[in-house]
Amino acid sequence: MAAGGSVSIRIPSDAKHLYLMRRLVQEVSLAHGFPEEEVRRIVLAMDEACSNVIRHAYEGDPGGSIDIEAEPIEDGLRFTVIDQGRKPDAAAIAARALDEVRPGGLGTHFIQMVMDEVRYDTSPERGTRLCLLKRRKARGAQEKKG
Amino acid sequence: MDIHVTVERTDEGHGVLEVRGEIDMHSSPRVREAQIKLLKEGARRVVVDLSGVAYMDSSGIATLIEGLQWSRREGRDFRLAGLSPAVRDVFELARLAEVFEIFSTRDEALKDA
Repeated sequence: MAAGGSVSIRIPSDAKHLYLMRRLVQEVSLAHGFPEEEVRRIVLAMDEACSNVIRHAYEGDPGGSIDIEAEPIEDGLRFTVIDQGRKPDAAAIAARALDEVRPGGLGTHFIQMVMDEVRYDTSPERGTRLCLLKRRKARGAQEKKG
Repeated sequence: MDIHVTVERTDEGHGVLEVRGEIDMHSSPRVREAQIKLLKEGARRVVVDLSGVAYMDSSGIATLIEGLQWSRREGRDFRLAGLSPAVRDVFELARLAEVFEIFSTRDEALKDA
């Protein structure tokens, strides 16, 4: 995979196609130098972002579309998830507290844990642009962490 | 993307739910359906063998939390086995690795503590 330009994929708003997005995100992240553990987390965050679009923006309707773009930036990758569905409200995208063991509500927490910047742009006439930025850690920082 | 879910009963009467594939929003309902069926069959202990699972998202975690909570209410054991590093990492991100009883292998999970 070329490390120079942006890549994108459009999938229907049907969860059975999420694995295609995961493969693309995995390959792009590896090609741009993220270590394997980070790649797994990036894939998870993107999966949760697209699942949220299916669940909330399209309310389970498989007839919509989701555009996923991955754009190289100087120190990492900028991902954009674009839908044409219902716009989110602030309460719906807030990560839940983790002090309660209960099903559901973890996806937004994963996105915020993994990504360095998360920005919802609801200014388009239809739908939402979700911008997710992931920076590579400096080599020294990774060694200290490990 | 295919997922394979199988249910077994051991000679001791324990239930084993084996999942192979990737657990995401599309496939987790199949895992949930099999898990509910196994729990309702009344096994004293249920072991979810995840050694064939390469990927799990929050919907998979939610399914397992549901199984754990049901088991606690009913006074049963609910154990996980064979987590790959990728799946274990998701539990750690969710800060749930300490909440579940997690064993290296299915055989270890089936032994009495």
